[in-house]
Amino acid sequence: MSDTDPNAPAGKPADDAAIKKLAAIGQQFIGAIPHTRALGMEFLSINAGVASMRVPYDERLIGDPKTGVLHGGVITALLDSCSGAAVLSHPSGVTGTATIDLRIDYMRPARPGRAVTCRATCYRVTRSVAFVRGEAWDEDEGDLIATCAAAFTVDRRAGIVADAKKAMNEGGA
Amino acid sequence: MTEKPVKRPRPEPVQVVKARRDAALGRLVSTIPYANFLGITFDRMGDELTAKLAFADHLIGNPFLPAIHGGVTGAFLELAAQTELAWAMIWARMESGGTAAAEIEAGVFPPMPRTIDFTVDYLRTGLPRDAYARARIIRMGRRYASVSVEAWQDERDRPFAAAAAHFSIPSED
Repeated sequence: MSDTDPNAPAGKPADDAAIKKLAAIGQQFIGAIPHTRALGMEFLSINAGVASMRVPYDERLIGDPKTGVLHGGVITALLDSCSGAAVLSHPSGVTGTATIDLRIDYMRPARPGRAVTCRATCYRVTRSVAFVRGEAWDEDEGDLIATCAAAFTVDRRAGIVADAKKAMNEGGA
Repeated sequence: MTEKPVKRPRPEPVQVVKARRDAALGRLVSTIPYANFLGITFDRMGDELTAKLAFADHLIGNPFLPAIHGGVTGAFLELAAQTELAWAMIWARMESGGTAAAEIEAGVFPPMPRTIDFTVDYLRTGLPRDAYARARIIRMGRRYASVSVEAWQDERDRPFAAAAAHFSIPSED
């Protein structure tokens, strides 16, 4: 067996400095992606298969002008990004990923004027597929707006994410 | 003896019918800020709609490939499906004549259908160019509707994403 268990429990605590560093890298990462930047997406945390992100309320993103509620597509973009980040942060060493499929269930509309926060957990990685669950809320984590279930491709070849991870390890956390 | 002509109302001039339908469609789509944010418009042939996503840099999710953000693709399909359904409801009223048609003409639209769930399959990479989508209503009941939708770029027979969605149709009181 390799020294990193590919299915180590997601969300295993790391030290605070490492977690902060990861979040900073994550923020840099989404800052470099035009669409997440256009949505004003913010990285909250990322560690061992669990990622959390937020999108602020923005009138440009309204789906129904009669109610001022954000369009469901915004929640889709948020959950998709966050799920992908969760896969890349999984300890099994995924270096690249793409969404295979994503299902979103909408419990209720987001409240106008409120930022939407989400958390995605990559709970299982096989040789070729990563499985993710996620949820989104506005004020109260117990009062969900939407949940998602997704499958992602798994790429372990060298690449930009592998380089970033390597550089980070060499630099010492 | 000549046959007595059947009395039937003279059909409206084609440009009058077209102008009315295009105005209704324009009003439906242009009032959705999120559709403008993404650059989504609709082409109409009779009652059939084709959604168009004009490529722009802020839609990119992977700057290295480059590729359209999965969230954009999902949002595009969701908006295409939702608009198809809203349009079907508007069309039925507009064509029925009478008070329902007068309401549509006055800009009083039925409430937007709300997404219950949305499942998207990512079939290919979304390339940095325009995309198109067509939705089909599988079933529309009084309270719920089931819609399927497919998006393609250069070739109609090579979809890059497909989705199935369920909507609830709000009651008007």
